[in-house]
Amino acid sequence: MTYLAKPRLHHPTLPLNKIGFTRRDYEGQISTLCAGCGHDSISASLIQACWELDIEPHRIAKLSGIGCSSKTPDYLLGNSHGFNTVHGRMPSVLTGANLANRDLIYLGVSGDGDSASIGLGQFAHVMRRGVNMTYILENNGVYGLTKGQFSATADAGSKSKRGVANTDAPVDTVSLALLLGATYVARSFSGDKKQLVPLVKAALAHRGAAFIDVVSPCVAFNNHVGSTKSYDYVREHNDAVNRLDFISGREPIHVDYAEGEAVSVAQHDGTVLRLRKIDRGYDPTNRIAAMHYIQQHQAAGEVVTGLLFVAAETEDLHAHLNTADVPFNTLGAKQLCPGRAALDKLNASLR
Amino acid sequence: MRPTDIRVPEYFHKVVDCQWACPAHTPVPEYIRLIAAGRHDDAYLVNWESNVFPGILGRTCDRPCEPACRRGRVEEKQAEKPEPVAICRLKRVAADNKGDIRARLPKPAAKKNGRKVACVGAGPASLTVARDLAPLGYQVTVFDQDPLAGGMIRTQIPRFRLPAEVIDEECGYVLELGVEYGGGKRIDSMKVLLAEGYDAIFVGSGAPRGRDLDIPGRKEAARNIHIGIDWLSSVSFGHVERIGRRVVVLGGGNTAMDCCRSSKRLGGEDVKVIVRSGYEEMKASPWEKEDAAHEGIPILNFLVPMEFTHRAGKLTGVLFEKVRAEYDANRRRRLVPTGEPNQHYECDDVIVAVGQENAFPWIERDTGIAFDGSGMPVLDKVTMQSTHSKVFFGGDAAFGPKNIIWAVAHGHDAAVSIDKLLNGEDLKDRPAPGVTLVSQKMGIHEWSYDNAVSLDPRFKVPWAEPSKTLKSIKIEVELGFDPLTGFKEAQRCLNCDVQTVFTSRQCIECDACVDICPMDCITFTSNGDEPELRNRLNAPAPNLSQDLYVQEGLKTGRAMVKDEDVCLHCGLCAERCPTGAWDMQKFLVEMTRAGPGCRTRKQERKAA
Repeated sequence: MTYLAKPRLHHPTLPLNKIGFTRRDYEGQISTLCAGCGHDSISASLIQACWELDIEPHRIAKLSGIGCSSKTPDYLLGNSHGFNTVHGRMPSVLTGANLANRDLIYLGVSGDGDSASIGLGQFAHVMRRGVNMTYILENNGVYGLTKGQFSATADAGSKSKRGVANTDAPVDTVSLALLLGATYVARSFSGDKKQLVPLVKAALAHRGAAFIDVVSPCVAFNNHVGSTKSYDYVREHNDAVNRLDFISGREPIHVDYAEGEAVSVAQHDGTVLRLRKIDRGYDPTNRIAAMHYIQQHQAAGEVVTGLLFVAAETEDLHAHLNTADVPFNTLGAKQLCPGRAALDKLNASLR
Repeated sequence: MRPTDIRVPEYFHKVVDCQWACPAHTPVPEYIRLIAAGRHDDAYLVNWESNVFPGILGRTCDRPCEPACRRGRVEEKQAEKPEPVAICRLKRVAADNKGDIRARLPKPAAKKNGRKVACVGAGPASLTVARDLAPLGYQVTVFDQDPLAGGMIRTQIPRFRLPAEVIDEECGYVLELGVEYGGGKRIDSMKVLLAEGYDAIFVGSGAPRGRDLDIPGRKEAARNIHIGIDWLSSVSFGHVERIGRRVVVLGGGNTAMDCCRSSKRLGGEDVKVIVRSGYEEMKASPWEKEDAAHEGIPILNFLVPMEFTHRAGKLTGVLFEKVRAEYDANRRRRLVPTGEPNQHYECDDVIVAVGQENAFPWIERDTGIAFDGSGMPVLDKVTMQSTHSKVFFGGDAAFGPKNIIWAVAHGHDAAVSIDKLLNGEDLKDRPAPGVTLVSQKMGIHEWSYDNAVSLDPRFKVPWAEPSKTLKSIKIEVELGFDPLTGFKEAQRCLNCDVQTVFTSRQCIECDACVDICPMDCITFTSNGDEPELRNRLNAPAPNLSQDLYVQEGLKTGRAMVKDEDVCLHCGLCAERCPTGAWDMQKFLVEMTRAGPGCRTRKQERKAA
């Protein structure tokens, strides 16, 4: 951390986005995390993505649980709505908020402890239900706030800072999300913003549960030889299946791809996701093949990254529940209390 | 790009824009920090060591440092009009608030070394030579036609800008080093001087001749037409105490500004400055033009003087032709008559301040000192040596009119040359300046300097009441910052001498520095050719006068590229760096001065 606030001065050529903000306008408080924490790079990527998408900051609600990762929403989007919930309970609070007001863009930020240990049940259900949100899991494999014990996502056999090997099997949140019906599943690395920023942008635009597992090295407790979540390990074992060139449907497409080199996936709002294949055989629209690929490569010690799965036609929780189209707080007394005739009709339908 | 070698003294020196721009390379951020710390004595001595006349320069310097100041490139609010740190006026804060520093100045040499050096003219260049050489044991004699030392500092700068006490004090510090002052002795012959057995002669006689304006009426109205620098000199010595009610000053340089403001104080009620060129192209410093405007003196542009009008031997006014500027393909300016009728401005006195010229009537052309076609001495630009091995030039006498700080820089260079010459060394073999680079880390997030960036706009220097200052030529107009305002202005300094130093082998490429940098200066990318690299950094680096800091040897094979242009030196990169790959290190350059330090090592060893 630092004692200084980041000076307000910025580069003279710092560009404005379409709604007249600089990237710096999307920043939050100064980070209090350890120097070199991967989480800070993820925050920077989230800031970059929101700036590039020209999102008005007040349209975002950022929710988090407890942990290093869950502190980070304070360090970005200082003019957005925020809710720091109970440990592991971000998904249910976010679900409630989403049901009450579907007009906001929901950003859930969590960590491996918050999501894979205490909040594993909540994680599972928010994926199943297809809550329209972007779920960022900042995954460092250790409990940093309690000085570096293995978390549930630590790989079996990986070593702690003191040299002790982990004997438990890891929770693979990406496989879990695929299994539980998430419609957008990606993995990335905090040290690769070129990959992460487009993934975040596409996730924010995706309707349904969009999950990104971001490997984020803990410099203080999990960046040593023997760790499988260190900067060096991830760089050496990064198996990126594709590169996402997120292109909005409203703008002309500039990139030319040779036959068989790209995959396009149309999204509900008319945007098109363009994926440049790195692994030619990888099909990100096939859930079962994706699960197979991930299992296979992870068994070989690879960290599979990129957009692993995306569904073209999606529905979210509101469609499943057939809820009102507008937020509760904008419903008038007449709609909330439709009167005797409506009640009689309802009662009659239940007889 | 080739990785940057930070051992080359120039690399980090260039990052300290103010110091690099200063002809004398005064360590500006160093003394500004001392001012902020209330250590005015120390701040003064850092200045004195480098530029000899802190109190004088703190009021009158041409401030090449300020346009260079990084503040002017990073402030958003003042993007239209860059507002550098008030470096010059901070120097004055140190001079005004210091205590008695005499005990800390060098002492006259206990033992003379038997070498005699003569300095012609007692201006800033000669006094610098004397200051550098006298403590080493040289017997230095400074000659000047005026009874008091100071040269143009005393004769041409009016007292309302620079009080006599300040000149007396700072010239005194030099003369008290055991320098002999031959005041009131005009040197009329270089031949005679050479014959007097001096081991070296330094010519710092300035540019003493004001350019005249030979247009009709010049002779007839001569009684009311004055040459700027001569008139200022007469005012300075009290020979002139009045001027007519209506005054026209011709010329657009700083001398013209001094003339018009002086006129205003000597009875001139209707004073005008009339200039051939446009307002922007005028040679006067922007602040001097503002100061004149502040005193209600209009500046009229694009008027070329055609004739002095007169009646019965008395000046009645000046006739001007109206012109406009036209530029050819090479951006060369031409003044073209607009065809409008000539304009006549009535006046009682005219002051001609249209430039100065060098004149060396006292140097016989057969002494071995060669002059070029324009009458200037042929000199080596580094050593200041003329074609006569024992004769050196400096200040305005060397390359034409410049300013005090250049004169000081020339003085230092000439002193080094003289010292080397009289030690039998090659003058061109000049040691590079000494450099120290020391980490400023005091704790996890603690640095020896204030790394928080002040967002204050530049503070204005308070002025005395115009009702008072316009009444007397001797009342100083600017009051100088009080210590508190001086502190606040000092805090605007970005500490550009505290350098961001990067060590590749410690870097784990976590991007923390990239994320925190408020100015997007740092990029990790594949290396490439400079022009191409400049365009694909996190923020483009179009300012070619500012270097890229490139380091290789990272695990991923990428290079760290930092654009030095708009770095705030806030140290956040170093604070966020988990491994100490970034460090904030203070760069202090010690310019080579006359004395053992300027002599080659080989000889030092021999001596030891």
